[in-house]
This record gives sequence, C-alpha cells and structure tokens, in this order.
Amino acid sequence: MSTPSPEAGRERASAFLNLSRVMIVAFVRDRMALFFVLLMPLIFLVMFGFLFKSATSPHVKVAQFGPVQVLDGVQGQDRVNLEKVLTITRVTDEAAGLEKVRKGTLDALVEDGPDGQPVLHFSSSDQVKAGGVQAVLNSVVQQANQDATHQDAKYTLTARPVEDNSLKPIQFLTPGLLGWAIATGAIFGASLTLVNWRKKRVLRRLRLAPVSVAAVVGSRVAVSLLVALTQTAIFLAVATTPVFGLKLTGDWWLVVPLVLCATIAFMSIGLVTGAFAKTEEAANGMNQLIILPMSFLSGSFFPLDGSPGWLQGLSKVFPLHYLVTASQSVLSRGGGVTDALPAMGGLLAFAAVMTLIALRLFSWDDA
Amino acid sequence: MTTAISADGIRKRYGDVQAVDGVSLTVETGEFYGLLGPNGAGKTTTLEILEGIREPDEGRVELLGMAPWPRNKALLPRIGVQFQASAFFDKLTARETIRTFASFYGVGSKRADAMLERVGLTDSAGILTDKMSGGQAQRLSIACALAHDPELVFLDEPTTGLDPQARRNLWDLLRDINAEGRTVVLTTHYLDEAEILCDRVSVMDHGKVLRTGAPAALVRDLDDTVRVSVESGQLSADAARELFTAGGAEIANLEDNGVSLSVSTRAPGPILTVLAEQGALRGLEVRGATLEDVFLHLTGREYRA
Repeated sequence: MSTPSPEAGRERASAFLNLSRVMIVAFVRDRMALFFVLLMPLIFLVMFGFLFKSATSPHVKVAQFGPVQVLDGVQGQDRVNLEKVLTITRVTDEAAGLEKVRKGTLDALVEDGPDGQPVLHFSSSDQVKAGGVQAVLNSVVQQANQDATHQDAKYTLTARPVEDNSLKPIQFLTPGLLGWAIATGAIFGASLTLVNWRKKRVLRRLRLAPVSVAAVVGSRVAVSLLVALTQTAIFLAVATTPVFGLKLTGDWWLVVPLVLCATIAFMSIGLVTGAFAKTEEAANGMNQLIILPMSFLSGSFFPLDGSPGWLQGLSKVFPLHYLVTASQSVLSRGGGVTDALPAMGGLLAFAAVMTLIALRLFSWDDA
Repeated sequence: MTTAISADGIRKRYGDVQAVDGVSLTVETGEFYGLLGPNGAGKTTTLEILEGIREPDEGRVELLGMAPWPRNKALLPRIGVQFQASAFFDKLTARETIRTFASFYGVGSKRADAMLERVGLTDSAGILTDKMSGGQAQRLSIACALAHDPELVFLDEPTTGLDPQARRNLWDLLRDINAEGRTVVLTTHYLDEAEILCDRVSVMDHGKVLRTGAPAALVRDLDDTVRVSVESGQLSADAARELFTAGGAEIANLEDNGVSLSVSTRAPGPILTVLAEQGALRGLEVRGATLEDVFLHLTGREYRA
C-alpha cells in the first residue's frame, strides 16, 4: 500500500528544502518578525547615525550682552570663519541670558566688564562644550591682542590629520547595531521555533514522519544564516551611503564568515532558552533578558573604551562582544584574518558548549 | 487475518501516577478499533506508546510486525497519526501545510491536493491554518495523516468540537478510509460515534482495559432493561399493568408522565404483543441500552474533572 523510500538521500534533501521554505515563508509573512529583525535595527542605525553626528559637532552657542570689542572687531573673512564654530546671538537681558547658560540652552555668555576686558560666563556641566567655548574665545582674544600690537605671529600651528585612529560613530554603530540585530534574529529564531513547534506538536509530527533530525536542525540553521546575511547586506548598503559615510577597508568580506559563526553561537543560546521555556511569552522574556544586557556590555550601542576594567572583562563572556570587536576591526580599521580567526573559533566553541547544554534540556513534548 | 497491532502487558508510570497499568490488546488488519475511557483513564498514553512516541516502562509492542520504539524510520511511512487540530506550521495555508507534510514522505503535491479535495477543503485551500474553523482544521489534520497512504491510521478524538453535520461528514470519510482496507484506531469521547464506526472497542479506566468486544456484544452482555413507550391516553397505567402481567411480562418499572406511557423490562415481547392487541401503538418507541450505558456501568457515574 505504501511505498518505502527508495532514495533516502533525495528524500532527506527534499525534507531539508521544504522545511527551509516553510520557515522562510513563515518569516516573510510575519510582519512583527520582519519589523524586529530587519527594520528596527535599521531605524536605530539611521537614528543613532544622525544623533551622534550632531553630538560630535564642535559648534558652540554663545550669547553676547552689550558691545564686546574682541568679538565686534572680527570682520570680513575672519568673521565667516569664526561663525563656523561659534553661533553668536545678542541678548538684551543679562540675567535671562545667564539663566539660559545655567540651563544649558546656551553654552556661554560674553560681555565686556567694567574695565573693558571681555568676561566669559560658562557652565561646566558639559565639559567638552565648556572646554571648546573657552578655547575658541581664548584664540579670539589672542588674535585681537596680536592685531592690537601689530606684530606678525612668530609661530603658527599647521594642523594635519593622520590616518584616523579614533572611532567615528558610524564605524562603531554599524558593527554594533548589526551585531545586536543578528543576535536578536538568531536567538529569537531558534528559541521561538523550538517553543512553537513543541507547543503546537509540530515537533511530534516531524518525529512521526520519516524525516532526519539533521534535516530539521539543518534547515533552521540555514534559514537563520540566510536572515543574518540579509541583515548584513542591508546594513552595509545603508552605512556605506554618503550620508553615513562608512568606508570599507581591506578584508571587510571577513565579516561574512564572522557573521555566520556568530549566528550559530546565538542560535545555540536560543536553543537553550527554547528548551527551558514552555510558552512563547516566557521565551520572549528570557531572550530579551539575555539580549539587552549582552548588547550593552558588548558595545553594541556605545563603545566600552571608557568603562571600568571589570566591565570590559565581563563583556568577554558574551559571543556578541567577539562579533562586534572583530567586525569593527575588519570592516573599517584594516583588520585581517588574524583578527577574525580567533573570534570565529571562540564563537564556534561557545556554540558547541551551548548546544550540548540544549541537548540535555531538550524534550519533544511538554507533557 | 493478520495482526496490525499487538501490545502485551504495557505499563507506564509518571511520578506517582501509574498511567498505564498492564494493557494488552490486539488489533487485526483492516479492523476499525476504538479505545474508550474517561479523562485520565490512560488512553492518550496508551496511544502514544503504540505510536512509538513514548517508551513503555514494561511490556512489548509490535506495529505491522515491527517495534515502534526506538524511532523506526522503516515503520513511520506505513503509519499515519492524526493530531488534535492546530498541530500545523505557523503562517501557512491549508494547501502549503499538506504539501509540506506530504513532501516529508516523498509524496508529490498532486496527491496532497487530491487528499485536500477528498476531505472537502479544496475551496479553503488558500486559507491560513490559524484562520480555519474547527471542522476545517480537523479535516486538514486527517488529510495530513492520510496523505502518504498509510496502512495503519491513529485518530485522536477526530470529531471533538464539530457540529452534527460536520461529524457525520467525517464519519463517512472515516468509514471510507477503513473500507479501503486500512486499519483504524480511534479514541473518542462520543460513544455513539464508537458504536457506529468501530468493529471492536476497548473500554479503559485507571490504566487498565476493562472490557473489549464488538459494541453490540458489549451492550448485550450488559443485560440491561429495554424501555418501551407509547403516547399517553391510549391505555391507562393501571389497565396496562394488569394486561402486561396477564400477558406474562416481567415489569421493572411502569409510569405515565402525561406525555408517554413507559415500561422498562428485560423481555419486551409480551408487552409489544399486548400493546398491538389493544391497538395502542401510537408513538411507539423501543429503546435498548447503548454503548454509553456499558461505559457508565464499567467506569462509574461519578464526575471527574
């Protein structure tokens, strides 16, 4: 009556392909999943990209009360140059102006003192701005002194940028947010599939069909890898547009094997939470509880350079840390295979350990 | 006849609960077999052990001459298991669902679509499974169990939650499946369903099989009273009692509630004769015991949550 499988190999391949197709279709039809995995990280990239851009601009806002000789004396091309770094607004009420400085809407207030010497009021709450406004005004005063004494400057400073070693926002934002997006996609993908299939008894159905475990696991891994590569492609495409200006260097393609290894590591986390959690809601909570701290501590949203040493040490237990630092290095800082390989090895080792744990916790049914 | 399923002394314990306590049963090839019992009787666990989803603590099971545990990929294509509705992939339509499950058995989409047609779902093939009605989901679930043409089919409460029309529709389908020579094992809460469909049933409780046999034989063995009733007003209760006794009938109970005159007896023959002689047959109804009475007799009447 029935036909025993003549070609087991083909059957296995077809089960693998069909399961993969089912998961891709389900993913594409699930608007929420699409939003969280593809769109939201992109929105974050665009938002953070613009946010950090303006935050690092050296522009300072200064209020001028009454005539200030050193400022009023700057005219012509010098004035244009000055206004590139300084926005000067005139205020008629000194008390109100000072209040604005206190509140931070203005960076400083300048006025001539009773002796005709300029006085600068600034708030030191934002130390970068405070330093900036002092430096700019100091140089204006120096220039005015020089002009007043009619002497040519003996020394002039020529500023020449070297190969930029500090991180520009887009350089840490791209690998950071990409890592966060991939972690979210892979952890949720693995854990929700496991919980949902177990709860809905799809796992039991698969167990009763002549499908190999390898086909079931393999298809889920393949689909997650595909999702991660899609995320990577979209991220790099957006980040390298002139608006954000990420410049890819040398061996940037190494990000692809890095992303693949990291996805497997993240999926193994999802397998553990999926084996633990009985419902999708529980799995959701557990996953967020892991993803959010992991992302902050791995420098997904901001660099950890300034954080205490113990925190930087702690961040080394997270697979995301290795993805973020290694892909930062290969994407735009000229890193190569020697940066990527150890990270990839670590990620796969992490995945192996977590998968063993997941196997111990695994159950086909929740009964 | 060959044996499709044989189980011998299977036991399964969960913690303190002995879910299955020494069940032995045999199902012949081509038989329509029912497994009945109140909630918690051990039906589901027994079924899962037979299907090879669970390992029994003790005992031996053979399906089509093979052991179902551990997972046996040579056996799997020959059995079909229907799950209670909704054991489907998320976000797939009915057609995609059955085609996917069929593909695991190397069955093409043509046959999968034909199966959909057979359970009357062709018009709803494009509906997402989570948008389907209970009846549609049950029929899809059965279609998925049958797509690969199995010899042995397990059905777990296939008509739960269906309206009377859908139930009868499904009964026809199940009878057809059995008529094609497939062995069918059914669990159900509906005893009328078991009585109509099954060749043989086993009534289980507390992890044991209490009685096995053809539904009609089980009912006969119960030796319960038959209830004869006719429309009131044709014969007074007192007159009836006198006539029946004179005619040689043994009466267990007789009453007239103003609507019907009803008599309970183990021997309805003399009573029917008397009623016919008196011309009092209007509204005649003769009701014997049903499988439900057998079930309640065996498992008790107390309510179990």
